[in-house]
Amino acid sequence: MIIYKNVTKTYGTNIGLEDVSITIKKKDFVFLVGPSGAGKSTFIKLMLKEIEPNSGGITLNGVEVTSLSNRGIPKLRRSIGVVFQDFRLLPQKTVFENVSFAMEIIHMNPRSVRRQVPQVLSLVGVSSKAYKYPGELSAGEQQRVAIARAIVNNPLVLIADEPTGNLDPDTAWEIMHLLEQINLRGTTVVMVTHAKDIVDKMGKRVIAIDRGRVVRDEKSGVYGAEEEETSRIGGGGSALL
Amino acid sequence: MIYSIKQAAKQFARNRAMSMASVFSITAILLVLGLFFILVVNINNIAESAKQDFNVIRLYLLDSTDYGMAEDIMGKFSIMPEVRQVSYLSEEKAMEDFRVKFGDKAYILDTLRENPLPNSVIVEVSRLEDAGRVAAKARAMEGVEDISYYKETVDRLLKVTNFIQIGAMAVILALVIISVVVVSNTIKLTVLAREREISIMKYVGATNWFIRGPFLGEGIFIGIVSAGVSAGLIALVYHKLVDVVGPNLLIILSAGMVPERFLISNLAIVFIALGVSIGACGSIVSMRRFLDT
Repeated sequence: MIIYKNVTKTYGTNIGLEDVSITIKKKDFVFLVGPSGAGKSTFIKLMLKEIEPNSGGITLNGVEVTSLSNRGIPKLRRSIGVVFQDFRLLPQKTVFENVSFAMEIIHMNPRSVRRQVPQVLSLVGVSSKAYKYPGELSAGEQQRVAIARAIVNNPLVLIADEPTGNLDPDTAWEIMHLLEQINLRGTTVVMVTHAKDIVDKMGKRVIAIDRGRVVRDEKSGVYGAEEEETSRIGGGGSALL
Repeated sequence: MIYSIKQAAKQFARNRAMSMASVFSITAILLVLGLFFILVVNINNIAESAKQDFNVIRLYLLDSTDYGMAEDIMGKFSIMPEVRQVSYLSEEKAMEDFRVKFGDKAYILDTLRENPLPNSVIVEVSRLEDAGRVAAKARAMEGVEDISYYKETVDRLLKVTNFIQIGAMAVILALVIISVVVVSNTIKLTVLAREREISIMKYVGATNWFIRGPFLGEGIFIGIVSAGVSAGLIALVYHKLVDVVGPNLLIILSAGMVPERFLISNLAIVFIALGVSIGACGSIVSMRRFLDT
């Protein structure tokens, strides 16, 4: 469960988020939409404790994120998987190593690594590419590997920051189905996107942010007119870039 | 721990060019440091042995002072703890030494009607620093007409060696600081090249020490390799120097060079300690910025 309570974050005179209160339940699938600079990136950075809010509180699965000490940050981040628009795979590591690396970081024993990595690679459909390097894969395959890395430690929450932004429509849909599957397995998914057709067709919860405020929160929403404007002119980069 | 060591070795191998650049710069600095070090150690050594030649005070006795009185004077000096040796030089022996010194021009001395040289007592002190005090006592002694010792030379020598020691410390300290800066900058480049990897590690939940580990290992490894290479090169250079300069030094200054094995084994220990610290400090300093959040 993710709870934002009266969260405000400002950067000098610019507003990042203003008095935002949101509750995302366990196993929810949420689209976070809004024009560039609306506050989506701030929303995610606050959850990962990359930045501190000026006021308000954030709780993630019972852990008070805002009062967490620096030493507690790694543990918090282990409960959150992150997928980026640009995949962010390590080019000098093989597919297997890119995924096992996430497990080694949390000191998993080598036997578990050898067992779990093939399982998760099979789940995302890139088993046959285990010993290839990211440069030898298609964009869709790279995103699958990135998803495998994000979920290999069974995080409670998966943040997908424009995961389909660099993909053709068919591949984008494949990735969406994969995210839906992961959600069905019990992982909460928060996806930042500008892809109107995906949001409209999926019929999931939509939280729209504009100028730091939540302007719309619908249980089964669509991509709104306010976001469409930005989307059409090609605005909006990856929230975490 | 094992992960860090494995990763450090892998990183070193994968980033061969960058690692070699780091090794090259640390080696260059350690080489300068090493050359300076052997220079200073040897200058000190020469100064020390030169001091041995100037630790003699000569007491010229009055004509009225007979051998018995001279023995009394010698007795007073030989009980002093700072005196190493006391000897008597008769006027005849002094003239003989003079003749030897003049060599084939000794006939000049034949024109002298009588021996103008006095009898003398020669006092040798253990430490050059005590020569002044012993000389003052000698001057005040009854039966002594005059004394001679190399006061100015002694003072100058002491000044020069002090200056060299202080100067050497300052230069070595400056070189160490410079090397930490250079190394931290070189490692910063390798960290910068892996900024993306670090950011991913942070997102996946790696602790700061887990991220730092391989870089620290890499820094230390670079330090050790550089220390080994530079100590080896210095050993080669010193070996040649001992061969070529050593015998000449013995002739000109009657001082030998510091023994090769002693100097190089100490230098190697200092270099490895220095290399490890420079590598470790460099990597910690250069990573600080990347581990803020």
